[in-house]
Amino acid sequence: MKARYLKVKLLAASLALGLVGSVQAAEDVEVLHWWTSGGEAKALTVLKDDLQGQGIGWKDMPVAGGGGEKAMTVLRARVQAKNAPTAVQMLGFDIQDWAAEGATANMNDLAKAEGWDAVVPAALQRFSKYEGDWVAAPVNVHSTNWVWGNKKILDEVGATELPSDWDGFISVLDKIKAKGYTALAHGGQPWQDATIFDGVVLTTGGADFYKKTMIDLDAEALGSKTMEMVFDRMRQLRGYVDDNFSGRDWNLASAMVIEDKAGVQIMGDWAKGEFIKAGKVPGKDFVCFRTPGTQGMVTFNSDQFVMFKGDSAGEKSQLAMAKAVMSPAFQSAFNVVKGSAPARTDVPNDAFDDCGKKAMADLASGDLMGSMAHGHSVPAAIKGAIVDVVTKHFNGKNSSADAVKELVAGIENAK
Amino acid sequence: MSNIVQNSGVDSNRFWRVLIYTTLLVFALFYLLPLFVMLVTSFKSLDEIRQGNMMALPEVWTLEPWFKAWGSACIGLTCEGIHTYFWNTIKMVVPAVLIATILGALNGYVLTKWRFRGHRWVFGLMLFGCFIPFQIVLIPMSQVLGNLGIAGTTAGLVLVHVTYGIGFSTLFFRNYYEAFPTELVKSAMIDGAGFFGIFWRILLPSSGPIIVVTVIWLFTNIWNDFLFGASFNAGEGAPMMVALNNLVNSSTGVKEYNVDMAAAMIAALPTLFVYIVAGRYFVRGLMAGSVKG
Amino acid sequence: MSAFHLNYSEHSGPNKMNDDTSGFLGWCRRSLPKIVLAPSFVVTICFVYGFIIYTGYISTTASKMLPNSKFIGLTNYEKLWRTLNWQVALDNLAIFGILYITICGVLGLTLAILLDQKIRGEGFLRPIYLYPMALSFIVTGTAWKWFLNPGLGLEKTMHEWGWESFSFDWLVNSEMAIYTVVMAGVWQTSGFVMAMFLAGLRGVDNEQVKAAQLDGASSFQTYKRVIIPQLGPVFLSAFVVLSHMAIKAYDLVVALTGGGPGNATEVPATFMYSYTFTRNQMGVGAASAMIMLMTIAAIIVPYLYAETRGKRHE
Repeated sequence: MKARYLKVKLLAASLALGLVGSVQAAEDVEVLHWWTSGGEAKALTVLKDDLQGQGIGWKDMPVAGGGGEKAMTVLRARVQAKNAPTAVQMLGFDIQDWAAEGATANMNDLAKAEGWDAVVPAALQRFSKYEGDWVAAPVNVHSTNWVWGNKKILDEVGATELPSDWDGFISVLDKIKAKGYTALAHGGQPWQDATIFDGVVLTTGGADFYKKTMIDLDAEALGSKTMEMVFDRMRQLRGYVDDNFSGRDWNLASAMVIEDKAGVQIMGDWAKGEFIKAGKVPGKDFVCFRTPGTQGMVTFNSDQFVMFKGDSAGEKSQLAMAKAVMSPAFQSAFNVVKGSAPARTDVPNDAFDDCGKKAMADLASGDLMGSMAHGHSVPAAIKGAIVDVVTKHFNGKNSSADAVKELVAGIENAK
Repeated sequence: MSNIVQNSGVDSNRFWRVLIYTTLLVFALFYLLPLFVMLVTSFKSLDEIRQGNMMALPEVWTLEPWFKAWGSACIGLTCEGIHTYFWNTIKMVVPAVLIATILGALNGYVLTKWRFRGHRWVFGLMLFGCFIPFQIVLIPMSQVLGNLGIAGTTAGLVLVHVTYGIGFSTLFFRNYYEAFPTELVKSAMIDGAGFFGIFWRILLPSSGPIIVVTVIWLFTNIWNDFLFGASFNAGEGAPMMVALNNLVNSSTGVKEYNVDMAAAMIAALPTLFVYIVAGRYFVRGLMAGSVKG
Repeated sequence: MSAFHLNYSEHSGPNKMNDDTSGFLGWCRRSLPKIVLAPSFVVTICFVYGFIIYTGYISTTASKMLPNSKFIGLTNYEKLWRTLNWQVALDNLAIFGILYITICGVLGLTLAILLDQKIRGEGFLRPIYLYPMALSFIVTGTAWKWFLNPGLGLEKTMHEWGWESFSFDWLVNSEMAIYTVVMAGVWQTSGFVMAMFLAGLRGVDNEQVKAAQLDGASSFQTYKRVIIPQLGPVFLSAFVVLSHMAIKAYDLVVALTGGGPGNATEVPATFMYSYTFTRNQMGVGAASAMIMLMTIAAIIVPYLYAETRGKRHE
């Protein structure tokens, strides 16, 4: 009798297990990213909770450091070890490089079902797709040709009308400097120098020049007088930064503007997050405007989650994550916090502040070009060569003519 | 002892003593400054840090940054502070140090008491392993770990650290055992002791100083490693330095310097502890011929 | 000092004792030492030399992001020599290396000599000198950056304490930034070098010292002619340890300056890392790694040769 009772118990137990087993919990997603600071992490938690609600666990793999440099090293090690993470935060050409290696998963079915082709701008799709197949889900669109100004200081120098061309910009900077403030808040790290460079190229030669030089790498345009003028203007800007700018983190430069110590900062729209967190209101405490001369043009970069090829069990979770990333609700929630614009053009802009609305409008109607400074115009090797020359010139004393020569040579060498 | 300062007149001697002590104290300050800055900052509130002088003592001492660093600071999406990573690292470092030390001891023993033809070559080749920059081995090592199926695990990381620690431990033990009198070994052998018997009963008991040197060296290097830890075990099992990097080098948001410094101090405590407690054995171990060339 | 009387000719000495073994078991018994040593040796051959060969192989291929097997000869090396940053990196390595090794050596020796003068509180001072070696630069990096930053650190503190004209902006100065790296490097390692010299000093042959003093030599002369020459092996070991750390210096530079301002503090280790992992130019990165390895070999191999040749009596 005892034996029979035992058998029944076992049977019941195995049935229960079987039931649990058949409600197959989808595999966890392992996510490699560098969004480690408070605000960004909180925004990402929205995604994590969403997935958890679907029964998918989130294995966090954060590797902080700049624009993901350390994370990319870790990624290589993992791919080489045949142990790639499920999803990886990535920028621009890196996505193409990994897809070329055959490491990425194909999401065409999901894209078709969700109608991504219609709502994601073509300029972004150029990076989300590899040879026509969807490999990544874009999270946001940042643009780099923004200027963030302290309204109080700008009003003080009489710049109530924001400058719309380079000369106007310079005269405003002069006035701010004369009043004793730091005119241009800047952090002297190579990528920040390069971010400024994006805007200066755009304003000096226009969209065509930018495309010819930064995207097509036309040698004639790269060695032209216009490029020399670009470097001249970089040198001009150098004169408006304070003495301690070297090595300063970008958010500390933003803090200078927030705390009424500096007039303006040329930085991508992730800077907005700093202002918002400090309780500043756009239009009242700070203003955002395109780098003078680049109105209607957008040098963008887009964080995307790339799905890596793994086993079939993980595929389901991957697709669930991609779907969640692209959902309008997440796009709105994440980007409001991050300061960027959604990657989908059909997301309502109610939750966004004025600067955010401006960004979204520009995205819809403006001329979109990949940012060189953030890996969206040329592959990493060439970008590195360009940034080397830019940062050397900015921090050193060589002439614009020499810089141009080094630029042409460096790019050739990196091809 | 090499106490050389001879008494050539009391005053001049006094002068030299004062000079010596002053020099030593000045340098002590030089060495202590960064630690002082870190400690002092970790006990301040954020406002005080922003407005105040980095070297001033806190006006209001607070332990809050320490609690936050240990238990609630956000590393990526998990906001549980660094305590998990602390234990992760202990779990990884202790086996790695133990294995590398034992292997080093055995290797040193073999290379000095059981010489064979080509032993110099073998030692030289093994020694070179100490000098290889780690970035070079990253890619091929990940491939190997992947093939072995232990990538992304603590075991894999232990293997990596043991591999690159053997060079040092062999060096230390070999130099130490080189100075060990062979007569004792030979007489033990006459008494009938075997390979392991000699090691266990004769050499190991007098290896105290060099074991300390080796353990200190290995512990410090493995505990402080970032590159291998990030590449081979990022994520939940990550070691301390990876977590600390995530905390300290986040590029956006308010930098909570006090929490950062508290976390850095916690990360430094084990190695500091080892150095301060075992430090005097360190010099003694060095004296026993380990690094004299 | 009787350490060096080991008789090298007895290279199979102890084994002769086990004559009562024969056959397979005997072979096992006799080979036991080699069997014990074998795993470590094999692991080193594979994971050190195998990987070095692998890196050399990669440096001759068109590897960009991941290893690639297309052979392109020495093109990567040519590209390397044409790269601006590499020249800067090599220059910085020379400056940093020479200054770091020299200052650590001199400072270490000086502190050791001072500490050896029957100082009260030696037990207190020694850990203070040694502890920097225990800390990683990820730990101390932020503190150093602050310290050296003109607006936040030493310069500001000096100003606040009344010394207005004090200026210490090396960190943000392209020309001087590398010297801050030297400073931080010296801070970290000189204590260790001091410990090495202290051990060496304590092992010096006292007879010769007494003899010199009886001959009327001043302490300075005694040090110069008798003691320091006996520290020869320590100098060598210190040189080896320091030069290898100088070449490998990566955490230090990244934590302090990130390679900046601009690329003023680029060193081969940071160059290799960025070209291999960030810039997707693995072939060029591997080439730079090979150059680094050759430099290390050029310093270490003579040392190893001397080390394993046997020592001369003092």
